Amino acid sequence: MKPFAYVKPADVEAAIQAAAQPGARFLGGGTNLVDLMREGIEQPDTVVDVTGLPFDTVDDLPGGGLRIGALVRNSALAADRRVRERYPMLSQAVLSGASAQLRNMATVGGNLLQRTRCPYFYDHASACNKREPGRGCDALDGFNRGAAILGVSASCVAAHPSDLCVALAALDAVVELRGQDGTRRVPLTDFHRLPGDTPEVETVLAPGELVTAVELPPAPVAANSRYRKVRDRASYAFALVSVAAALEVRDGVVTDVCLALGGVAPRPWRATEAERLLVGGPADESAYRRAAEAELAGASTRRDNAFKAALATATIVATLRELSTGGDPR
Amino acid sequence: MTQIRMNVNGSVESLDVEPWVSLLDALRERLGLTGPKKGCDQGACGACTVLADGLRINACLALAVQYDGSEITTIEGVAHPLQEAFVRHDGFQCGYCTPGQLCSAIGMLAEYEAGMPSAVTPPGAGAYELSESEVRERMSGNLCRCGAYNGILDAIMDVAGEEGTR
Ligand SMILES: Cc1cc2nc3c(=O)[nH]c(=O)nc-3n(C[C@H](O)[C@H](O)[C@H](O)COP(=O)(O)OP(=O)(O)OC[C@H]3O[C@@H](n4cnc5c(N)ncnc54)[C@H](O)[C@@H]3O)c2cc1C
Ligand code: FES
Ligand code: FES
Repeated sequence: MKPFAYVKPADVEAAIQAAAQPGARFLGGGTNLVDLMREGIEQPDTVVDVTGLPFDTVDDLPGGGLRIGALVRNSALAADRRVRERYPMLSQAVLSGASAQLRNMATVGGNLLQRTRCPYFYDHASACNKREPGRGCDALDGFNRGAAILGVSASCVAAHPSDLCVALAALDAVVELRGQDGTRRVPLTDFHRLPGDTPEVETVLAPGELVTAVELPPAPVAANSRYRKVRDRASYAFALVSVAAALEVRDGVVTDVCLALGGVAPRPWRATEAERLLVGGPADESAYRRAAEAELAGASTRRDNAFKAALATATIVATLRELSTGGDPR
Repeated sequence: MTQIRMNVNGSVESLDVEPWVSLLDALRERLGLTGPKKGCDQGACGACTVLADGLRINACLALAVQYDGSEITTIEGVAHPLQEAFVRHDGFQCGYCTPGQLCSAIGMLAEYEAGMPSAVTPPGAGAYELSESEVRERMSGNLCRCGAYNGILDAIMDVAGEEGTR
């Protein structure tokens, strides 16, 4: 690992100040950054440990929403009573990610900023535009079974790996950021960027800007919600496809729905087209299928990942069916 | 160099470490505690699992400096009925994953007692049993290359059974 300086500021101003220097990076739990530093993919000069800052609580917002501090550990978020009751999909999404050990370490802020698991990103011997802008992308014609199918570009097909973020995208979460110029709020669905021809720029975060919290607006529909993750192993594996869904049905008609997809796009993918088709329509399987197919209609698949479009469609249908029948989650 | 102080297995240790030294290397190379193993060094196997302030973590992805002031328990500091249960139920072959499995299982039982759900816990469940599928899911962060999973599961079920149901 390349040598670096380590600081652990006790207040937010000092942390933002320290991170404003070129070559500085924030450190949450370290489960992604330490790994990438060991691989030589990240090479910060200064690591600013933010876990001493007072952003480690989940607090009630007026009207039933929640404010989740950026330093809340993933395990604490999943265990929170209010999260489990008001937004079950969020707790399930967190619990389906990584392992119990990693969830005890990982922070919410770090989870938002974790980088792709595309194998070519990790392999210095191959070309990757994220790692080395302009060098090319070996995933395009390589082993691309895990690659994204929506929102991709000719310079990058890497999928966003987070489960937590998929639930946050479905729940209209807002990310609170703090930098030298003050505080701003960005919807989670605008926080991550599509690759275009600059896949190395992954979020709208400015250099030195700190994620301080994620806010969830009240969402009664989310009390009936699920996170469903499909992967190669039953546990401790990244998603091939995942679905975060909340559904309200009255008299056989869909009156409210929130839907987002993971494993299929360079960012957590809010399925707005499917949502639009579902609302006001019948709560039945063929309507679910039509909506899912419309969402996946723009899929751009490659040699090994064509199955993801069908898998995503089937997983959307299965998740909505469960939610409309009150069925077993598995 | 940064000076850190940790309570490791009940004794207070002061160490001078560079910021890039992992907690795993600090324990193994500086303190001679070779129970925690370096399996993958990337968070993917669980062989390095230790307890930090009672929570199970992967010491390979932790910088030692992050744990200044913490209480660390490695297998060298453990005396728990699970250890004999692992022997009784053939919970290992080569033994390489075992220190991590044991620390992880101890952390897992504490999480269960504290009400932590898992990915297979039915939504809305209040009290629920620590079933075999719960244990498999909760222990999925510890791989065993020898495939001693059935013995590991039996050992944990044996001990959990004595501790009761939530
Ligand atoms: C083996 C393995 C399996 C995994 N499986 C899954 C999985 O199935 N699903 C899943 O979702 N995740 C998975 N993960 C990823 C894991 O969830 C992330 O590593 C973790 O959430 C990152 O959080 P952290 O606090 O450790 O981040 P760190 O490693 O500390 O930081 C990650 C990045 O975020 C930045 N950062 C951290 N905090 C802030 C902040 N407050 N403001 C601004 N920037 C910040 C850092 O500078 C760094 O760039 C897995 C990880 C491993 C190692
Ligand atoms: S050595 Fe730490 S998880 Fe494998
Ligand atoms: S006993 Fe050999 S790896 Fe588990």
